[in-house]
Amino acid sequence: MSAAPGRPQASSHRSAQHEGTPVIPPVLLSARRAGKAFVHQGQPRWACRGVSFDLYPGEVLAVVGESGSGKSTLLRLLAARLACDEGSVHYDVRAESSEKSGNESTGLVDLAELSEARLRWLARTDWGFVEQHARDGLRMNVSGGANVGERLMALGARHYGHLRSEASSWMQRVELDTGRIDDLPATYSGGMQQRLQIARNLVTHPRLVFMDEPTTGLDVSVQARLLDLLRELVDELQLAAVVVTHDLAVARLLAQRMLVMKDGQVVEQGLTDRVLDDPQHPYTQLLVSSVLTP
Amino acid sequence: MTALIETLCLSKTFTLHGRGGLQLPVFAGIDLSVQPGECMALTGHSGSGKSSLLRCLYGNYGASSGDVRIRHAGNWVSLSTAAPREVFEVRRRTLGYVSQFLRVIPRVSTLDIVADPLRRLGVGAEAARAQAAQWLQRLNLHEHLWHLPPATFSGGEQQRVNIAHGMITAPPVLLLDEPTASLDADNRRVVVELIHAARAQGSAIVGIFHDDEVREAVATRCFDVEQHRSPV
Repeated sequence: MSAAPGRPQASSHRSAQHEGTPVIPPVLLSARRAGKAFVHQGQPRWACRGVSFDLYPGEVLAVVGESGSGKSTLLRLLAARLACDEGSVHYDVRAESSEKSGNESTGLVDLAELSEARLRWLARTDWGFVEQHARDGLRMNVSGGANVGERLMALGARHYGHLRSEASSWMQRVELDTGRIDDLPATYSGGMQQRLQIARNLVTHPRLVFMDEPTTGLDVSVQARLLDLLRELVDELQLAAVVVTHDLAVARLLAQRMLVMKDGQVVEQGLTDRVLDDPQHPYTQLLVSSVLTP
Repeated sequence: MTALIETLCLSKTFTLHGRGGLQLPVFAGIDLSVQPGECMALTGHSGSGKSSLLRCLYGNYGASSGDVRIRHAGNWVSLSTAAPREVFEVRRRTLGYVSQFLRVIPRVSTLDIVADPLRRLGVGAEAARAQAAQWLQRLNLHEHLWHLPPATFSGGEQQRVNIAHGMITAPPVLLLDEPTASLDADNRRVVVELIHAARAQGSAIVGIFHDDEVREAVATRCFDVEQHRSPV
């Protein structure tokens, strides 16, 4: 009898498939020296500047830094909610009819060159945006179920039974009681509202989700549950994500890579555990050493 | 035979910017190479840089100069220059690491933590859990603990969860940081057997083993980190 319970079967299959030729997936999102300035007392002040990185499908990138470091502005540039004043952001836009014809990519497109209508279409199909305050990401005057169904309706779904069953299945996936499907979001707790917001974003199977401090302001126990849920969903759906957070533990749990911002600049970026355990930049060292560990 | 992991003139120095740029040299000029079926024990006093070297081999610490190379899917991958997603891919399929302390994920059960590396290789949930159960059984972790998150487990119990988690995919390159430190004699014996089995399957192993008996039982050779200590 062998001492070890044995090699897994799947690993040998996979190594046979991948032997030799590494497959490099196309870049999903690319920032190229992106920057945004706001005018302050007649002078332009750069909220973020010179940010460059490539994000691949299925990759999770955490953007960390203190408040005022420019991380939320960067997120808004990436999601085309703000326009770049310098540099550019590119996205691998799928052909509009992709629902029927598969994942036909049109290659990286400069977001600045897309029409308003095209950007809106991207934002409600292929992207998600999870706001820090769920109220900003939900429609508070319609039911929880309607919140989840809204993006499907925008894509042309009209069949009431279908919308309702999709909404109910997504509520289950984010661990919401489907008995609350007809209740207004205002009657949900903070953690439930955040999970509803996530369901609302994921119902169209986006490839990229932007998250702005998704766990901030929630009770610690609720945070843990939400983080675990996000980790599972990101894994299962092979989502790419850009997560803005000031919480280094959130970055470690969710992201393979991270980017550290200070005064609008990226001071360090790389593998999450390497940046956190072996920080190189003085600011990153300060940030990491300032965290209290219970 | 080709080595599965090697270092090329690897050096590590920490720079503490909060202390006026204080330089803490750890080691310099390390060349090592480990073949399939070998188990290299890192030796040296406490503070000699054994754990730092192991972390460099995992890519958790960056090399200050020189390189760490892993034989991954038939090619050498440099941990100094590989993109984060490439390092992740190397870790997923080729490079395993059993750390001293378990990083606990809130709410996730022990069984799922151990099954997770298999799930990431595409093994189905049920099959992965079944294999995880075999490993936990082999490591004498009581069945009533399997469905609990390991946060409240004893040091020895957490260590066994860590070992199962690190070894379940039988990674071709395996790094072990004191895998038997808080285990009793029976479980130390089990771990020694598991290491022997991994060697027999062709894994290249690098480890830190404080227990002389364990080291003598598993190591095919020793590498004295002390000899490469940087002059301060």
